Amino acid sequence: MNDFPLFPEQASSVSPLVDGLYLGLVVVTGAVSLLIWLAIFYLAIKYRRRPDNELAQEQEPPMALEMTWTIIPTIIFIGIFIAGAWVFFRMQRVPANALEIYATGRQWMWKFQHPTGQREINTLHVPVGRAVKITHASEDVIHSLWFPSFRVKADVLPNRFRTMWFQATKTGTFHIFCAEYCGTLHSGMIGSVIVMEPTEYQRWLAGGTEGSLASQGEQLFAKYACNTCHMDVAGARGPQLAGLYGITRPLVGGGSVLADDQYLRESILDPTAKVAAGFQPIMPTFQGQVSEDDLIRLLAYVKSVPIPSTAAPATASTGPGAVPPVTATAASVPPAAQ
Amino acid sequence: MTTTTVDHAPLPETNPTSGGRNYINDEYGVLSWLLTRDHKRIAILYLFSVTIFFVVGGIFAFLMRLELLTPEGDMFTSDTYNKLFTLHGVVMIFFFLIPAIPAVFGNFLLPIMLGAKDLAFPRLNLLSWYIYMIGGTFGVIVIITGGVDTGWTFYTPFSTQYSNTKVFATTLGAFITGFSSILTGLNFLVTTHRMRAPGLTWFRLPLFVWSMYATSVVIMLATPVLAITLVLLMIERALGVGIFDPALGGDPVLYQHLFWFYSHPAVYIMILPGMAIISECVAAFTRKKIFGYKFVAFSSLAIAFLGFLVWAHHMFVAGISIYAAMVFSFITMLVAVPSAIKVFNWTATMYKASVSWQTPMLYVLGFIGLFTIGGVTGLFLGALGVDVHVHDSYFVVAHFHYIMVGGTIMAYMAGIHYWWPKITGRMYPEWWARLSALLVFVGFNLTFFPQFLVGYVGMPRRYHAYAPEFQVLNVLSTAGATILAAGYLLPMIYLFWSLKFGRKAGTNPWGAVGLEWATTSPPPKENFHETPVVTWEAYDYPAFLKAMKETQNV
Repeated sequence: MNDFPLFPEQASSVSPLVDGLYLGLVVVTGAVSLLIWLAIFYLAIKYRRRPDNELAQEQEPPMALEMTWTIIPTIIFIGIFIAGAWVFFRMQRVPANALEIYATGRQWMWKFQHPTGQREINTLHVPVGRAVKITHASEDVIHSLWFPSFRVKADVLPNRFRTMWFQATKTGTFHIFCAEYCGTLHSGMIGSVIVMEPTEYQRWLAGGTEGSLASQGEQLFAKYACNTCHMDVAGARGPQLAGLYGITRPLVGGGSVLADDQYLRESILDPTAKVAAGFQPIMPTFQGQVSEDDLIRLLAYVKSVPIPSTAAPATASTGPGAVPPVTATAASVPPAAQ
Repeated sequence: MTTTTVDHAPLPETNPTSGGRNYINDEYGVLSWLLTRDHKRIAILYLFSVTIFFVVGGIFAFLMRLELLTPEGDMFTSDTYNKLFTLHGVVMIFFFLIPAIPAVFGNFLLPIMLGAKDLAFPRLNLLSWYIYMIGGTFGVIVIITGGVDTGWTFYTPFSTQYSNTKVFATTLGAFITGFSSILTGLNFLVTTHRMRAPGLTWFRLPLFVWSMYATSVVIMLATPVLAITLVLLMIERALGVGIFDPALGGDPVLYQHLFWFYSHPAVYIMILPGMAIISECVAAFTRKKIFGYKFVAFSSLAIAFLGFLVWAHHMFVAGISIYAAMVFSFITMLVAVPSAIKVFNWTATMYKASVSWQTPMLYVLGFIGLFTIGGVTGLFLGALGVDVHVHDSYFVVAHFHYIMVGGTIMAYMAGIHYWWPKITGRMYPEWWARLSALLVFVGFNLTFFPQFLVGYVGMPRRYHAYAPEFQVLNVLSTAGATILAAGYLLPMIYLFWSLKFGRKAGTNPWGAVGLEWATTSPPPKENFHETPVVTWEAYDYPAFLKAMKETQNV
């Protein structure tokens, strides 16, 4: 029955949950639909118009019956909502320590970048049994990254980082589809995800590379002259980057922001949007100068900058510690930290 | 002429004769049609127009199904295929499904059901047809001059910055057509409030009127939002003002919020009028008052209200927060309840009834069955965990075709056959009509049921070429589309035939209760020779049938 499948392969940790919910819905709604169909057939035949059945018999609808078929469906529907939401939460919450991979959609291809520096087009290698978090953005229109065998999908938006995750449970090659219509070759914006044994994956990673993403980012950091302002010294014009990622930054004019991928991205492309407290909005925009690929490398570098041993570790919301607030900007930190 | 003194609906025998004059032969000449203010003639103008668009949209659909016979994109180029599905959606939704039932049956029947001579604003009514035709002309120009390839949803930034097809003209056409809907809705609302016949209280109204009323409210509140959205889109595309394109500082997800704030209620603009027809036909062909009249009436209003609060269920994977998704999923479940109430009540009406198997009823039974499937698969899509997988797959395509084709078009076909004798004064050929109903039902299921399956397996929608394992189901679907096409072609032939050769229909060929069956077929220009006074409840069959029996025995 290989050419007539009814389910895609179950190849991720959430696949059985989604299929279970789907089958549960098929059973419940199928039973209800079947009952309605049988009722239609039965009533239409039993009470069909015949010479001795020209007149219908009126009956007032009992209120109890109306309430029954109002309340019972409501309860069933709310049950469906709860089950769906429960599965959805499992799909959306990214586990800690997931393998981080970056994806970029563009008309009409998928580009993937591994932390170790490997780049792939329309093919993605991942290890089995390990959570993989994909941070994605589009270079042009809206795309949608769909792994049918993993039962996960997310729209890929221009100028915005979003994340999705999956944990493959089975080795093999599975489809990647673009699910949001994106122009001429939308149906050609497809690829394969290749799930490998971890050892095999390590061997694959050891293949040719131009250095890790972070080290590539470090070179870009110097190339774009970010390091002239983002230096690891107190009083530098730009904030330091060490320990920045993942903390909450106070902003000029009050408020604060979580320094996540999207914030770092915005700070490079549109630095004056959210300026960190204690800094001037002097950084030039890099919109249109930094490609999506380079952006990902710069981010990988910013995230990798180690906290200098002399500085107190940054905590949620900067205290009076040694680390000055970081502005909305690219990286700081001396290239040769440590 | 003594309808005012009895407590049952007027009997066929007691109806006035019109002396051969009716709204069709009252005046002659093309201008008498193009400048008419008669709601019935305007309905006929709409009937012609929407039928043409239905045929055009159907041809696009059939060409797509032919391309999808094989996994490779070997019949058209990708660009052509993308234009086909876009034009199919645009034509079917904006120029057929949204106007069809309100503008044809609502126009023709609403004033008659209210015992009025016309709608409240007859000139406005004619204007709305002209506006529709201007919008439609833009659609035709787009088709002739190269088409459009954005999908009917016009998602940004593709539509504003990347597509090099006729996006501006298409959206302008949809924008203009929207005003036609708004004027029609306004006309219906005012007419229902102000022009009911003496004695016709709200709870004596046929359910058709309740549903049209709910539809009109949705049209009036939602369509302006579409107009604003499309204007913003045109501004961004033509002038480069950043509204939705992030490269210009805009937000593409904002577009989706605005678009679906209209387009989800638009689903109810399409299905509520279908439900209006179904309620009428169920009563007429079971000879019974609709079971739970008030529940059915208020469920229309509940659908109209809740339909405004579920738009973001089209966007669960589009970049809204988890908690927003939860809220919209929950309300989506609630909006299913009033639809379920309707299905149960229609079905229960058949209990101890006298069920006729004439063609309109066959379409009604098909509607209830297919709408049920369309409805429950909506629950799959409303359930967050499943939606993430099936969103933008063929599962969605199958779901909304079950609602819009299995629901709305089945209801439209039921309405055409039910009121054809009233509109034209002629009966359609029953045998051929039953055959077409059967073909439509079988063809429809064969076309769209496989699409649920192929969607879950993983076939994305709007794909010109697809993976080989999806082929079997696609071939089934195309085979079904062939049968479906035959099912739709037949009525076009025999209905046309019946205009000349059909048996003459009397005033009330179905023995149905309703003011439209109290006047001649076709009705006179002024609808009634004497303003009716309504003393009976809607669908009061016992009194009506008793009186009819007595007159026969006399």
